[in-house]
Amino acid sequence: MELLQFARGPALTVALAVFAFGALWRLLGVLLLERRGVYSAPRPGAPSIFASALAGIIGKMWPHATFLKQSLFPVLNGYLFHLGLAISVLLFAPHILFIKSISGLSWPALPSNLVYGIAVVTAVSLVAALVHRLTDPVLRLISRADDYVSWMLTFLPVVSGIAAVSHIGARYETLLAVHILTVCALLVWFPFGKLMHAFLFVVSRGETGIRFKHRGADI
Amino acid sequence: MTIPSTLGEVLAQQGVSRRALLKYSAYVASILALPAGASRVIAENLAKARRQSVIWLSFQECTGCTESITRSYSPTIEDLIFNLISLDYHHTLMSVSGAAAEHAREAAMRENKGKYIVVVDGSVPVKDGGVYSTIAGQTNLAMLKATAKDALAIVSVGTCAAFGGIPQARPNPTGAVAVSEIITDKPIVNISGCPPIPEAMTGTLAYLLSFGKLPELDHLGRPKAFFGETIHDRCYRRPFYDKGLFAESFDDEGARKGWCLYKVGCKGPIAYNACATLKWNGGTSFPIQSGHGCLGCSEPKFWDQGGFYTPLAAQAGVSGELVGTAAVAGAAMGGAAAWIARRHQRSHLAEVEALDRSPPAKSKG
Ligand code: SF4
Repeated sequence: MELLQFARGPALTVALAVFAFGALWRLLGVLLLERRGVYSAPRPGAPSIFASALAGIIGKMWPHATFLKQSLFPVLNGYLFHLGLAISVLLFAPHILFIKSISGLSWPALPSNLVYGIAVVTAVSLVAALVHRLTDPVLRLISRADDYVSWMLTFLPVVSGIAAVSHIGARYETLLAVHILTVCALLVWFPFGKLMHAFLFVVSRGETGIRFKHRGADI
Repeated sequence: MTIPSTLGEVLAQQGVSRRALLKYSAYVASILALPAGASRVIAENLAKARRQSVIWLSFQECTGCTESITRSYSPTIEDLIFNLISLDYHHTLMSVSGAAAEHAREAAMRENKGKYIVVVDGSVPVKDGGVYSTIAGQTNLAMLKATAKDALAIVSVGTCAAFGGIPQARPNPTGAVAVSEIITDKPIVNISGCPPIPEAMTGTLAYLLSFGKLPELDHLGRPKAFFGETIHDRCYRRPFYDKGLFAESFDDEGARKGWCLYKVGCKGPIAYNACATLKWNGGTSFPIQSGHGCLGCSEPKFWDQGGFYTPLAAQAGVSGELVGTAAVAGAAMGGAAAWIARRHQRSHLAEVEALDRSPPAKSKG
C-alpha cells in the first residue's frame, strides 16, 4: 500500500496546492483586469450587460443553424463526455466521500453500477473526440500539444478509474493509486492548459455576448 | 508397540480411516483451490509423509494467532499437533516447562537439521540490540537467526510476523520488523491476519507436508489460495455497494437492512483475505456479516492507515494548510498580475491620449 499512501498523501496535497494556486492566479488575473472602455452608445434595444452576458453564455451552447450540420457530431459528443465526466466525478459515492472529507460538503450519490456504465460511455466518447480531432483536417491543423496533453490527462483518470472499479490489470490498491496519480497529473496541468476553459468559458462567452449585443449583433 | 514413522501409520493406529483422510484431503484441496485430482495426491502424500518437525516461535505478539489456530475446525489443533506435525517447541504452550522447552527446541533443531519448519508469530524488535523482547535470556532476534539457520522453510503467521503489525505501528518504539526483513535466505510464507484465518494456517501446513514445497504466493509472500481476492470481491453485501445503498451509521436503517459498510469505514476493497468465503468459527460468520466493517488486518501497516471508521475514500492525507496557503498565494499572484496589466493598460491609454492631444506633425511637402 506504499504507492497508495504516497498517491493520496503527498502527491494529492501537492497537486491540489498547484491546482488552487494556478486556478486562482489565472482566474483572478482575468477577472481583475480593467474592463475595456465603452466608447460608443449601445444600439437601440440592446439588453442590459447581464442579459447580454447570459445570451452569450447560453446562445453559444448550440451551434448556429448555418454550422449545425457540420458541427452536430462534435457538439453532441462534446455534451456526452462533458456530462459523463461531471456525473462520474460528482455522483460516484467514493468520490463524494472524498470531497466530503476535504471540504465537508456532501450530496446523494447515484448507484455505483450506473456511474460505472456512464464512465465507460465517457471513455468511448473521449476516444471518439480524439479520432475526430485527428481526422478532421481543420481541427487537426489548429490542434496544438496542449490539446493532446489535455485530452490525455482527462482520459487517463477515466480509464484508470474504470480499471480500479473493475479490478482490471493489477491489484485494486495499485489501480487506485494509479487512478489518484492520474488525477494529480490532471490537477497540476488543469490551470495552465486548455482545461482551464472549465472556468473561463463563462467569462469569455459572457464578454463576447456583451460586445455583440452592444453592437446589435446576433449571437 | 512399534513407533509409527509415517502419518499414515499414525492415523491407522488411531483408528482414522482412509475415507476420513480422503475427506480431509478433499477439504484441503478445495480451500487451496487445487484441481479435483489433487485431493488424492494430498491423501497419498500425507499418508506417506513423516511427521513434520515444527518449531513455533512466539515473539512480539498477543497470542491471538495461537488462539486462532486452536479454534481451527479442520484439521483441529489436536489433529494438527498429534497427527500431522510434531510440534517440538511452542513457546507459549510450553512456557511452564522452562529450560526443558528450550532443550526440546535445540534437540529438534539438531535431529531435524535442514528439515524442520519454523513457524513464527509476532514481530521482532531490533532497536537497541533487540532488548525489548527476550526468551530464556535470548533476544528474539538472536533466537530467530539461530533457529532459522537450519530450517527448511519459515511460516510467518499473523500480520506482526508477516509485516510488523501492531508492534510496528507508529511510532514503533521497539523497532519492530517482519521476519522477512531479518531472514532473507530461506523460503518464507506469510499467513497474515490479525489473527489469521485458522484454515489458512493449517491448510498451508498441510500443503507443505503433502507437496514438500510452498504453495503459490502473491507479491507479499502470501498463499494465493487464501489471499488472492479481496474481501470486497466476495462480500455478500457487494450488491448493495453496486446499487449505492450504504449504512451511514451502525444503528441506522441501512445497517439494520444489511447494506454495504463502505461509508462506516469498511476496508474490504483493499483487504486480501478469505474471511468472506472461509469465514470464522467453523464457517459461522465474519466481521462484515456481524455488522462491522473489515479493518484490513491482513494488509501491511493496517494500523496506520487512518481511522478504522473513516471511509476508504476519505483517508486521503491531504494537508489543508498547504492547499490553503497555495490558494492565498495564487490569489495574490492573480491580483498582482491584474494590477500590472492595469498599469500597462493605463500607461498605454495615456500614451494614446497624449498622441491625440499633440498637434499633428507638419508635412514636409
Ligand atoms: S461491506 Fe465492505 S467488503 Fe462488503 S461490499 Fe461493502 S465495502 Fe465491500
